Amino acid sequence: MMRDATPRPESDAVLKVEGLRIVLDPSGVDIDDDVSLVIRRGEVLGLVGESASGKTTVGTSLLDYQRRGAKIAEGRVEIDGQDILAMDPKALRGVRGGQISYVPQDSSAALNPALRIGTQLMEILEIHGFGSSQTDREARLAQMMAEVLLPSDKQFLRRYPHQLSGGQQQRVAIAMAFANRPKVIVLDEPTTALDVTTQAHVLDTVRELTRSYGVAALYITHDLAVVSNLADRIAVMYAGKVVEIGTRDELFDDGHHPYTRKLLASIPDITGERALRGIPGWAPRPGQRPSGCSFTPRCSWATEKCSQEYPPVEQVSPGHQVRCWRQREVGAQSSVLEADSGERKIIETAAEDKQIISVRDVIAFYQHKETLHDITTSVAEGHCLSLVGESGSGKTTLARCISGLHPHKIVGDIEFNGKALARDARDRSRATRQAIQYIFQSPYSSLNPRKTIGQILLQPLKVFFDLSRDEMEDRMVKVLEQVALDSSLLSRYPDQLSGGERQRVAIARGLAAQPTVLICDEITSWLDVSVQAAIIELLAQLQRDMRLSMLFVTHNLALVRSISQEVAVMNDGRIVEYGLVDAVLEDPQADYTKKLLSDTPTV
Amino acid sequence: MPPLLKLILIRIGLGVLTLFLVSVVVFAATQALPGDTARAILGREAADKARYEALRKQLGLDKPMTQQYLSWLGGVVKGDLGNSLAQDEPVTSLIGRRVANTFTLVLIAALLSIPISLFLGSFTALRRDTKFDVTVTIGSLSLAALPEFVIGIILLLVFGAQVFHVLPAVSTVDPDVPILQQLNMFVLPAITLTLAVAPYITRILRASTIEVLESEYVMMARLKGLPERLVLNRHALPNALAPALQVTALNLAWLAGGVVVVESVFNFPGIGSLLVDSVKNRDMPMVQAIVLIIAAVYVIANLTADILTILVSPRLRTGLR
Amino acid sequence: MSTPEIMVNDSELVEPPVVHADRRHSEWVMMLREAWRMRRTKIGVGICVFMVALAVIGPWVAPYSPTQFVAPPFSPPDIPKMWLGSDYIGHDVLTRVLYGGRTVILLALAATVIGLVLGVTLGLITGYARRWIDESIMRLLDVVLAFPQIVLALLFVSILGPRLWLIVLIVGIGHAPRIARVARAATLEVSQRDFVRAAEAFGIARYKILFNEIMPSITSPLLVEFGLRLTYSIGIIAALSYLGFGMQPPAADWGLMINENQIGVIIQPWPVVVPVLLIGILTIGTNLVADGLGRALIGIERDTGVG
Repeated sequence: MMRDATPRPESDAVLKVEGLRIVLDPSGVDIDDDVSLVIRRGEVLGLVGESASGKTTVGTSLLDYQRRGAKIAEGRVEIDGQDILAMDPKALRGVRGGQISYVPQDSSAALNPALRIGTQLMEILEIHGFGSSQTDREARLAQMMAEVLLPSDKQFLRRYPHQLSGGQQQRVAIAMAFANRPKVIVLDEPTTALDVTTQAHVLDTVRELTRSYGVAALYITHDLAVVSNLADRIAVMYAGKVVEIGTRDELFDDGHHPYTRKLLASIPDITGERALRGIPGWAPRPGQRPSGCSFTPRCSWATEKCSQEYPPVEQVSPGHQVRCWRQREVGAQSSVLEADSGERKIIETAAEDKQIISVRDVIAFYQHKETLHDITTSVAEGHCLSLVGESGSGKTTLARCISGLHPHKIVGDIEFNGKALARDARDRSRATRQAIQYIFQSPYSSLNPRKTIGQILLQPLKVFFDLSRDEMEDRMVKVLEQVALDSSLLSRYPDQLSGGERQRVAIARGLAAQPTVLICDEITSWLDVSVQAAIIELLAQLQRDMRLSMLFVTHNLALVRSISQEVAVMNDGRIVEYGLVDAVLEDPQADYTKKLLSDTPTV
Repeated sequence: MPPLLKLILIRIGLGVLTLFLVSVVVFAATQALPGDTARAILGREAADKARYEALRKQLGLDKPMTQQYLSWLGGVVKGDLGNSLAQDEPVTSLIGRRVANTFTLVLIAALLSIPISLFLGSFTALRRDTKFDVTVTIGSLSLAALPEFVIGIILLLVFGAQVFHVLPAVSTVDPDVPILQQLNMFVLPAITLTLAVAPYITRILRASTIEVLESEYVMMARLKGLPERLVLNRHALPNALAPALQVTALNLAWLAGGVVVVESVFNFPGIGSLLVDSVKNRDMPMVQAIVLIIAAVYVIANLTADILTILVSPRLRTGLR
Repeated sequence: MSTPEIMVNDSELVEPPVVHADRRHSEWVMMLREAWRMRRTKIGVGICVFMVALAVIGPWVAPYSPTQFVAPPFSPPDIPKMWLGSDYIGHDVLTRVLYGGRTVILLALAATVIGLVLGVTLGLITGYARRWIDESIMRLLDVVLAFPQIVLALLFVSILGPRLWLIVLIVGIGHAPRIARVARAATLEVSQRDFVRAAEAFGIARYKILFNEIMPSITSPLLVEFGLRLTYSIGIIAALSYLGFGMQPPAADWGLMINENQIGVIIQPWPVVVPVLLIGILTIGTNLVADGLGRALIGIERDTGVG
């Protein structure tokens, strides 16, 4: 895949954004400020940012649209010289869907559930006056569908959106976006809700079509791995501002902003050579941004000046710009992908370590259907086993079976320390319940919003131990320390904490029971990449310090090497491959594993 | 069997079950509780044991409960609702006219309230937070709070009695003159019912329209460059109406109970006021019959609401993937 | 689909939460404060306070006794002796108005509380219990729901006569399934959340989970529901009084007064107008409070990501 490294003249620019400022309405608080971008014909610009970065609001602004609650305060958005933001409503309607179109994040919500997809597809052609007859339009429709590899027969077009799969829905959205051969396309995280294989297909389609039609594309995402394979240039956003912009290579190999570098260091490395490094703290939301550079509280390069004034745009080289007071020194460091990160520190384990959890010939049901078939695997003492698979593979079901949270029929043997485990957690002995702890996926759902952190941590202490009030207080403080949280959090409520902090509390709750086995069910899926890295760091450290055995469930193959010794790959309710992490990832045997590896985007 | 049909049949089955249980409750309440019918009929003469026993036997009150229930139920199904204690005539002949009157009244109220609510509900959602919206919202809140007899009496005071002597304060529908010529008897009660029901429907419609206007697919329609008119008519309103449909049917079902008080306020000759009279007179067969009718209408209206909701949602219509 | 949704908290368009980092109260205190910020709530509370004061203090400041003859029937107002004139028998209307609110308010409160207790218990149980318990209870509740509340009351009044305790009980029972539906829906939603799962994983008994984990999370919508049900209770009980099934003459009761004096409304409107207006204003008051609470709840849930 070609990537053009030579900077092209600005005259080729199709889209020019200057000084865009979007605020909350009516408070006037900034969401985005001073955003400027340029995209040329056939070029893909990746707009990268984590939560509260403001990247999503930038997307719809390019079509001069904001949801209720926000409005565009300042700036210019020029397409081929014409300022979209200054147009009258009639002209604007002609531009939307015609010269610039939009691919939404979640097509299951963005397609009208009560209209057939044929109608919704035809709409965009009719409105922009394509062709002189219905036959013309139908022909174009057929062509559109073929381009996104979807059938165009009458039967298919008569379907409603809910009768399509997630991937198909997204393709329909892409077909609509390219229908009128627009000059600019805005893609708002279009593959987030899709599994890895479908995502790979969709990305291929997007790449193909933007190239063939010479469309300028803005690809908004949080996933750097995806963007590294797709984008020609990348802009990084933090707390509402663009902090660095340049070509893909410039940012990956020669980033000049501390956030860019730290962000790269937190991308999971499938080769396992680089340890994950998270960024402490979290991104400030609109209205809570500090004066000066917003990144200051989390930045290891920060100086006095950084907290007083926001750095202006500085040019590193033509086309490569950055906003940082110390960008020269930052840039002088060698490539972040090699130097900033330490060596992976996975603990030493021996193959003869005894099996603490063993699963034999397990079949699990969901009502009357079999969802897990003939599962046989085990977790060795002190080891971490990763369960990898896409959604529907059965990995969470297996984790729930082991922890006694699967309320349906289970056949087979599940053993802990050689003794059979009861199906339902409530039928297990207190000692067993204490020994196996489960951490849930969503930090927003696993903590009772009506209780303080102290009350939440109290629960396992009261259930499993006989302690005095003071002893329990002590334990709580200690366990919070273990997850790097301050004891002042004890009197706070969950909604006063960030996602990463909440997940740490969930882990602390598990640790408070002093378990032997920790089962982590996709615990980082709902977190920013940088926060994810920090949690993985934490887990690895806990495992080292406490010699915990762990079962780590994830859909992201790239994470596996950073945390586990063994890996089991699951598909369709079966384990298709199992072995040492290095062995499976370097020399996969099963076809599915090979496919998964090739579809997983890497840096 | 297509899943859609199955779903509907289950709903209908549950409805029938509920009706059955309702009939048991009505029967049990009126026949099986103390307050013996025979005693009520004989009054003081009940002291005469022989006459009392004879009447009991005649009314079938000496048979076991279940048998009494079954013969009563059989009668109901055949259309025989017994004889009114107050007038000693078959219940069915006495209530026939009244049912027609009440039905007409409810129909008029429905025909008035639905278009008004549709208009107000969608308009206030489109013109959100304007003076129009705020006024209508406050008005709805207040009207929704007021008990229906309060609305009725206020209307009575304003239009029927004090301010304008335009409309009759008391409606005595002449049974010999065709209904359509006596429409002015319906006006005040119908307006009262409309004012009682319309605020609820309006509020639901407004909420549902707002939700739709803020949905992803409406945003997408706008981003495709569709003119606002098309966005509203093709994408927004149809989806807003669907959930409102169920609530509207439910609210109209409420009218079955609302007529009781409203008819009494205006002395309107319908089954509502008849129920009140019958309760006062302890005319048990009459009470049984009317309660049964009202409950049946209520259940059927709710059932219709459920089925409509299913039919209107493409997701449920085509069966879940 | 359990596909991971990255950054569900990326709600850039939500106004920064009202919550202060260090001082923060339990949820329903926040809800009450938020509701108080709205003008409509203030008006509603004002009305309710006034009405309660009227009911409590009324009898103390009444110029006469409610059963005392003060003038010929339907005499017009004669300030300062008879501010509102006399009623159909000759009692002082103002006095009867001052005495007439207590019953309605007390009975309505009692009926609503009964309905709430029954309804919440049933809702919690059906929301968290096994399928068959849930289904069978809901079927039974459907039967109660099949009757409009006033029809249900009339049915039992026809058998047992117009007893006040009966009315309170039946209206309360009529509320129960409607409240149960709300409580059940809230319970179902909460019991799907992972913190309930976590408590189950610890092995905590189901009834403890119901009271300690689930119930605190449903109090807010139930508070709103209480306000709504109170409004309906007042309406139904006043209507029953108006129809003659509540307090009996010569007791002073607003609903009864309207009925008694309707016949002479053309010559002496006050004994009808004043009670009607008072009942109307009372219900508007309770409804404004309920509505204020409802909107506050939506606001709080949006800001704290709860709900």
